[in-house]
Amino acid sequence: MTLLDPYFGEFGGMYVPQILMPALYELEKNFVSAKKNLNFQRKFLDLLKNYAGRPTPLTLCNNLTNGTKTKIYLKREDLLHGGAHKTNQVLGQAMLAIQMQKKEIIAETGAGQHGVATAIACALLNLKCRIYMGCKDIKRQKPNVFRMKLMGAKVISVKNGSGTLKDACNEALRDWSNTYKNSHYMIGTAAGPHPYPRIVKEFQKIIGEETKKQIFEKEKKMPDSIIACVGGGSNAIGIFSDFIDEKVNLIGVEPAGQGINTGKHGAPLNNGSTGIYFGMKSYLMQNKEGQIQKSWSISAGLDFPSVGPEHAWLNSIKRAQYVSITDSEALEAFQMLSKREGIIPALESSHAIAYAIKIMRLNPDKEQILVVNLSGRGDKDIFTVNEILNNRKKS
Amino acid sequence: MSRYYKMFKKKTLLKEGCFVPFVVIGDPSLEISIKIIEVLIQTGVDALELGFPFSDPLADGPIIQKSNLRALSKNYGILKCFEVIAMLRKKHLNIPIGVLLYANLIYNYGIENFYKKCSKCDLDSVLIADVPIEEYNIFYKYANKFNIDSIFICPPDANNKFLSQLALYAKGYIYLLSRPGVTGINQKKNLLKNKFIKKIKKYNNLPLLQGFGIKNTTQIKKSISSGINGVICGSAIINIIEKNLNEEQKMIEKIKNFSSKLIESTKLI
Repeated sequence: MTLLDPYFGEFGGMYVPQILMPALYELEKNFVSAKKNLNFQRKFLDLLKNYAGRPTPLTLCNNLTNGTKTKIYLKREDLLHGGAHKTNQVLGQAMLAIQMQKKEIIAETGAGQHGVATAIACALLNLKCRIYMGCKDIKRQKPNVFRMKLMGAKVISVKNGSGTLKDACNEALRDWSNTYKNSHYMIGTAAGPHPYPRIVKEFQKIIGEETKKQIFEKEKKMPDSIIACVGGGSNAIGIFSDFIDEKVNLIGVEPAGQGINTGKHGAPLNNGSTGIYFGMKSYLMQNKEGQIQKSWSISAGLDFPSVGPEHAWLNSIKRAQYVSITDSEALEAFQMLSKREGIIPALESSHAIAYAIKIMRLNPDKEQILVVNLSGRGDKDIFTVNEILNNRKKS
Repeated sequence: MSRYYKMFKKKTLLKEGCFVPFVVIGDPSLEISIKIIEVLIQTGVDALELGFPFSDPLADGPIIQKSNLRALSKNYGILKCFEVIAMLRKKHLNIPIGVLLYANLIYNYGIENFYKKCSKCDLDSVLIADVPIEEYNIFYKYANKFNIDSIFICPPDANNKFLSQLALYAKGYIYLLSRPGVTGINQKKNLLKNKFIKKIKKYNNLPLLQGFGIKNTTQIKKSISSGINGVICGSAIINIIEKNLNEEQKMIEKIKNFSSKLIESTKLI
């Protein structure tokens, strides 16, 4: 019996080989006790404040919205140490690993943001760390690979399958099923088998708590909408968490890649169906036989064929709305925010920004407040973007 | 009386262990895959464990993973797998046939429809590699409705609570893991202790088949003399397929020789 509910409506669960169940129970038990442990909480908050750099600011984009009555605020997770929201939860999970007396960390990464965050936490807390990364992602995210190695992480190239995040996830789970006695699998998003979606949400909910306080200080009211990009969905669930019970639109933005109808996308909530994969029941990109399909996104961090189970549930009960943004739209937003506000967003976050711009353009005279979770900074993506822009010039 | 029951009873009377091969349907092609299965049957295996190919077999190591991908690359669907089983059953009425697959294939097919189809093909058992006992209820309900044995995996470090749960759910036989991790033949560890085997037997009477890492006669003899009813051997056979992809005759000959040798070792207690 689990201590917490492993399901979100019909979604979630623990669909793993039997061998991993004791490891998941052990993790859940430690998570529940850590939540009640004041020392754990105090140390976690101290690390967030004095190491990671919380609270992160809420920035009003005056230039981007010029000539409209829309106010767009950015929750600046890009300013967190490590350059993305990922740092919040890896610190929590690393502390859990120490509590469980595990000295080794296994992680997987797509864009490398979670890998970098994991390497940071492991260096700080003196944990050994190995990170699985698809061979294609290693090529497209060189700066992050270098960062990970610099901080002492071992980066393992995954050549199986499509050589992207999905294959890195499978490989990390395989490693864990062999080494769980000494290792902790640090899943990077609010997905996977229970208790991961609950753990990641708990350690990321600070984004929503801070945002609520900050927007109230600035505007004396709730925003109209909270917008966040959704791959696995950790930054989105983090910022949504404190607004779920409020009258605020929650909008998750999936990557439409080259277009939802091309099949080259990463938008299971918009164009997938329910299935069982990566330890959970959720929406999946799959063919009619139930084989998992390759996802696609300009952003390696969103290139995942499934989504966290709580998002699947919020979508099914229509509490949150899930939309999609194409590679081109994200790229336009990437350039626009860089030029107009002097902020280079991660390609992941550019999807959320692109949707906010869409809402603003649709109704420029409407007085509305939009908060976008700027989940990470775009330094890691400048080479990818540069290449695309150069190719465009040539053609 | 189930085919498994009859088979295990016979082997116990003969004081022999059983040898169960695992191969993925459709690897390296449907035609050769059927030939491989037929050769294994001719060689004298006691039951068959057949894999339905899946894109993300996370309980399997690289050898079986590649086998799945080879089978999938030919675009045979789940219906083709069922056709193969129905065809085998028509020819071999008594051999127990089990399938091993991943949850999403069943979920996608429709859980009730899947077990109904298994029953139509006269299949004996289903093992779902990524569904632990805790999530099994919905599958179990239809498996029982259509009289299909649900096979469960018992980890080498299972606690008493799990063993008593297993006693309630397991049918046909128990798939006992040699070690933690995924399938494969590269690890040397073989952690099963006699004390643990005795403990499992206290909880239930089902036969035990040991799987993961089975690749030679010494292991098999050791396993059977420690009270285990037999072994499941997958990666070592599939390794022969992988190494001889372009030489069908050689591949089949090698599989035949290899399995004959291992089968022989189950008889020498």
